[in-house]
Amino acid sequence: MPNKEETSSDKKLDSKEIMDRIAEASRQVVSGVEDEEVENWVTIYIMGRAYEVPADLTILTAMEYAGYKFVRGVGCRQGFCGACSTVYRKKGEYKLQTGMACQTRVEDEMYLVQIPFVPAEKPSYDLTEHEYDVNVLFEYYPELARCVSCNTCTKACPQDLEVMDYVQAAIKGDFKGLAEESFDCIQCGLCAIRCPSEIVQYNIAQLGRRLYGRYDSPEPEHLKKRLEEIEEGKFDKEMKEITKLSREELERMYAERKREED
Amino acid sequence: MAELKYIEGYPENMYKLIDKVHATRQKRKDYTPEPMSREEQEEVLNLHPDYAPGGKRKISIGQNKGDIAPDPVVNLLEAYPLVEEEEIDISSADYSVDILIIGGGLAGTTAAIWANNEGISKDKILLVNKLRHGDANSIMAEGGTQAADREVDSLKRHYIDTMGGGHFTNKPEVLRGLVEDAPFIMHWLHELGAIIDKEENGNFVEKWGGGTSIRRLHSCKDYTGLEELRVIRDEFRSKEIGCIEHYPAIEFLTDGENRVTGAVLYNLETGEYKIVEATATILATGGFGRLHIRGFPTTNHYGATADGIVLAYRAGAKLRDTDTVQYHPTGAAYPIQIVGYLLTEKLRSSGAQPVNIDGEAFVFPLEPRDVEASAIIRECYVRDKGITTPTGLRGVWLDTPLIDEKYGKGYIEKAFPGMNRMFSRYDIDMTKNPVLVFPTLHYQNGGVETDPHGHTTIDGLWVAGEVSGGVHGKNRLMGNSTLDTMVFGRRSGISTAEYVKSGAKQGKLTLEHQKRYVEMLKEAGIKPERRSPILLPEYRGKESLARMIDIF
Repeated sequence: MPNKEETSSDKKLDSKEIMDRIAEASRQVVSGVEDEEVENWVTIYIMGRAYEVPADLTILTAMEYAGYKFVRGVGCRQGFCGACSTVYRKKGEYKLQTGMACQTRVEDEMYLVQIPFVPAEKPSYDLTEHEYDVNVLFEYYPELARCVSCNTCTKACPQDLEVMDYVQAAIKGDFKGLAEESFDCIQCGLCAIRCPSEIVQYNIAQLGRRLYGRYDSPEPEHLKKRLEEIEEGKFDKEMKEITKLSREELERMYAERKREED
Repeated sequence: MAELKYIEGYPENMYKLIDKVHATRQKRKDYTPEPMSREEQEEVLNLHPDYAPGGKRKISIGQNKGDIAPDPVVNLLEAYPLVEEEEIDISSADYSVDILIIGGGLAGTTAAIWANNEGISKDKILLVNKLRHGDANSIMAEGGTQAADREVDSLKRHYIDTMGGGHFTNKPEVLRGLVEDAPFIMHWLHELGAIIDKEENGNFVEKWGGGTSIRRLHSCKDYTGLEELRVIRDEFRSKEIGCIEHYPAIEFLTDGENRVTGAVLYNLETGEYKIVEATATILATGGFGRLHIRGFPTTNHYGATADGIVLAYRAGAKLRDTDTVQYHPTGAAYPIQIVGYLLTEKLRSSGAQPVNIDGEAFVFPLEPRDVEASAIIRECYVRDKGITTPTGLRGVWLDTPLIDEKYGKGYIEKAFPGMNRMFSRYDIDMTKNPVLVFPTLHYQNGGVETDPHGHTTIDGLWVAGEVSGGVHGKNRLMGNSTLDTMVFGRRSGISTAEYVKSGAKQGKLTLEHQKRYVEMLKEAGIKPERRSPILLPEYRGKESLARMIDIF
């Protein structure tokens, strides 16, 4: 076994060469794959028209590969913002499926269309004017009572949330259930588009979660205490002083920090 | 070529390497490498993309002439405008507002709410977005928000931790604002109904962040930014404040002197422009991850293209710390579909260790980000102890199963639903097997110079969030960016409201600053081959682009 120094690669790379190697290895991700590098291809149908695309791409990157420059139907590209809702069906199957374009791999013979906007009601409310009560949900969203428990919303959810369960929790006034079941919602709107009762599940959940967050458990005592101390000006002097410290003094304080026990 | 055999989401050859990680886990469970000394940190930082030679140059014109910045950033600063005066009519405004806010992430949205709270009418505030309202880096923030609100913690400690993380280059008065307002921001979020992780006793759960000396990180599972943005945006919408989507600003308007008076907006779908006049303008456009500096993949959203610094610089604003870029130590390195995506630092603060091909924990898991990232680059490219993927990327393991070892089975599922969901889409079970990581382009450390209220060196122009520079110095700590957006969003909202209420009048609309800038470009011999802001990155397939005809 060679010693540590000698394990570094056959020829020593300088840091510039290392950067170049990293850039080269990342090229497929940053500037797209070259056709001759692609081993597997699939055919997808973007709004009915066939395109041959590399099999390793997501719906989003496959559409870009095909020549689409996105303005709508794209956002964070990592599954958090809900902008790239997509509906698709595979050839020969009756089942209509949903997914986020950025989070779904292309599959052969996929017919797809994006839903870049959802027309949905979002009433105005002021949380401070309301009690922690289920009636608030019905006041703003009376259609909540129209749920027929068909579970279509759950099937439509690209996050695999139990949407119908949280709607039922909302109807029962179970704010905790509503908040927990809906917490991972990215508000893409696919549930609302599919709902035969025209309920806007994700907006109802938003109001429900806010009521839960505000009223279910009080503000922590340690936070209240700190706010009072700041209000009283307890730290004003030391904070004023610290902004005047020299770099050397700050470096010394930084080096002398005691790490909190785990 | 033979078809690759996959086991539990990994190609067989990679999967076999995981045995070493399993075999050493119990031994590593109670062993953490020591944090590096200053000297060791400085040595490994030579491998950081900021310090490695190449990839950057001096800015040749404007306020920061002579300062160093990454090539793709200098390219955008040394570029010609998208439209010039003779092409558009700026003689009258389509929108006339007190406060124009450009960018609808956490910073811009918070600014709008607080300007309204301070008495500016909802009809006199306009928030413009390049994408949809909220499609921003903010919504993708996973780990958390720092605030020194425990009795054992202090504002001073938060200040020192942040200052050290920023290599003592942070702007003191601005940093003071950040740490002093942090507890109030947690209070505000609670009032708005954000669901912040709490202990059984009702206290906030507070986690470690890289480079901090104490647990100070507040989170909402691993969807912290999503939760913060959802409630703040919901409040914004309830207030019915003016908002337009897919309508970015492509140039400021100024009074011809040193004051921003409005902007030229551009409808991304129809191509039409609109003129907006504003007494005060808040720039909250975020950062530059989509410039893929040094060829790195990024954690950033689609619109992170440095528009804000381009607009502000052209109007004469001063930038700072343009030489540093934050690479997050742990981006996904496998599978190819998610390369560069963020794997939150909270994984490491919850016990996950970076581990090399031999199953060795080679670095303290919570060094400041630039140090941690450099150590991973060293492991892969100097010590050759990385793992290579089928597409040629190298990475190290992040031993996620250690988290459940530490906190009990089921903890990952509960605390990291986003991460877990992302990997399960590719058949990888992060509760059972480690995941592969490599640094990824994450954050614009520097930006437009500001005072503690978000005011820039230009009259009428405020900045908030990632587009600003100074508060994080040359390296931002985890949990300070979401905090930054809300602290300085609020401060700039309040400060602009005060400015308007103090009787500031609308200035005239000109593009004089642009003319002067174009003159400078010409004098410097810069050819008109580049135009900026670029607004959106280019990812279209090369074959397809080569055959495009521009007819409409």
